[in-house]
Amino acid sequence: MKYSVFSLLRNSLSGHKHWTPAWRNPEPRKDYDIIIVGGGGHGLSTAYYLAKEHKLTNVAVLEKGWLGSGNIGRNTTIIRSNYMLPGNNPFYEWSMKLWEGLEQDFNFNAMVSQRGVLNLFHTDPQRDAFARRGNAMRIDGVDAELLDREAVREMVPFLDFDNARFPVKGGLLQRRGGTVRHDAVAWGYARGADSRGVDIIQNCEVTGMRIENGRVKGVETSKGYIGCRKLGLAAAGNSSEVAAMAGMKLPIESHVLQAFVSEGLKPYIDQVVTFGAGHFYVSQSDKGGLVFGGDLDGYNSYARRGNLPMVEHVIEAGVAMIPGLARVRVLRSWGGIMDMSMDGSPIIDKTHIEGLYLNTGWCYGGFKATPASGWCFAHTIAKNEPHKLNAAYRLDRFRRGYMIDEKGQGATPNLH
Amino acid sequence: MLIKCPHCGSRPSEEFTYLGDASVKRPGSTDPSTMDQWFDYVYLRDNRKGRMHEYWHHSGGCRSWLVVDRDTLTHEIFGSMTARDWAKRQGAGS
Ligand SMILES: Cc1cc2nc3c(=O)[nH]c(=O)nc-3n(C[C@H](O)[C@H](O)[C@H](O)COP(=O)(O)OP(=O)(O)OC[C@H]3O[C@@H](n4cnc5c(N)ncnc54)[C@H](O)[C@@H]3O)c2cc1C
Ligand SMILES: [Zn+2]
Repeated sequence: MKYSVFSLLRNSLSGHKHWTPAWRNPEPRKDYDIIIVGGGGHGLSTAYYLAKEHKLTNVAVLEKGWLGSGNIGRNTTIIRSNYMLPGNNPFYEWSMKLWEGLEQDFNFNAMVSQRGVLNLFHTDPQRDAFARRGNAMRIDGVDAELLDREAVREMVPFLDFDNARFPVKGGLLQRRGGTVRHDAVAWGYARGADSRGVDIIQNCEVTGMRIENGRVKGVETSKGYIGCRKLGLAAAGNSSEVAAMAGMKLPIESHVLQAFVSEGLKPYIDQVVTFGAGHFYVSQSDKGGLVFGGDLDGYNSYARRGNLPMVEHVIEAGVAMIPGLARVRVLRSWGGIMDMSMDGSPIIDKTHIEGLYLNTGWCYGGFKATPASGWCFAHTIAKNEPHKLNAAYRLDRFRRGYMIDEKGQGATPNLH
Repeated sequence: MLIKCPHCGSRPSEEFTYLGDASVKRPGSTDPSTMDQWFDYVYLRDNRKGRMHEYWHHSGGCRSWLVVDRDTLTHEIFGSMTARDWAKRQGAGS
């Protein structure tokens, strides 16, 4: 069924009793051309673009939990393309362009909201660094504006501009950045893939791989053995575990990142605003809750929940940036497991095993990448070679010395 | 998480700085032929789900380096020792 104002009218007249499920719930077949491990944003968008762009529909997505139970349903929904290093911006800007046309493309309301992403700076050197970043963005055709203090004050008057330690001196603004309803992204891609013939199989955990003579043959799962010619791994925080089934050791550590939402408030914060003096960022959902977060907890974790020191740190940074937050009550908090790479950048590549493809290393910024990641991974799988846009995201870049380290932290995953 | 420092007793985790997997081994040679070992040491990790030994620095306390036995799935901590004792133990095993 195509969703439109007419289908909405028709269904409301019949009491909303005739909506059909958005996707099927099939049992796995014995064999597929292509299997994707992981029904998160990246796995589902990969399946969608395999079907839509490459007409490959003998495809299954295997998800160990329910669709959207991983990071795609846990992130703070921010999209932006404000990177600096070569290799990053063309990719993230392509993602932004796909976001801009996504809802029409997959016929689903994902509430794409280009409300602007404002990064604050607090010192002169930080302003210089932001000016440089903004220039790098503009060279790549991305929009960027450097705002002075008064321009920032006009947009977000409630900041603590004269904070004794971290006065706000201005900000770097990407107007086309913003937020997208994360669950709807998973649902939209799932529905689009399913309607083109892709089987999305939930509650199906991949537990092993069959590899013969350096070639992928299939996967062992909690629903039995399933054969395939090509296998794409998009397991986010569980990437190391899944790759280990193929005998691979990755440049990845799994870390927990927490997020928070407040009680609902009247419209207060129109943009995404990030603090430049500590790790804190905030936006307001359409329901009114302030959605905010900060840094990783900092130690390896698969627990999907963090600890109180980071809760305290995030709230402190938030109140330092917006004193008015001190009176807002937090409704709930949660955590997700990040696939932190050794340079803070992702990997979309083939592997040394024929038919095995890898998509990982998204760190805490993989939501914004969902469309371009799936688009590039689908290309890499279909054509058996990376697209120009993901050519920098090779797995062997660490060995060759071609890291893409935006933060300049070196091989320390918990600091990226 | 409470980490037991052999010198300071049981202390909150925020007094510590995390380094990571203590099982990685720094190659003993800088000969170019050991490039693979160096690559492995600097970049590749088992990234274990479950119990693992990891380096924590008591940076907000006595400033010793510790090796902590911790479960990455439950955050339960089973024990800790100084990095020196860990190195001795590793040396004895090889
Ligand atoms: C708190 C938080 C805030 C974030 N905020 C942002 C943000 O504002 N902007 C942004 O760009 N990014 C953000 N991120 C990062 C972003 O959410 C992730 O990088 C991205 O979602 C990862 O890709 P994914 O959607 O495919 O992951 P997931 O949704 O985690 O998908 C991976 C799937 O693989 C499945 N899986 C794992 N192992 C197996 C197996 N053996 N068999 C079958 N299935 C398996 C998992 O169950 C999971 O569903 C945030 C993350 C968190 C946790
Ligand atoms: Zn101590």
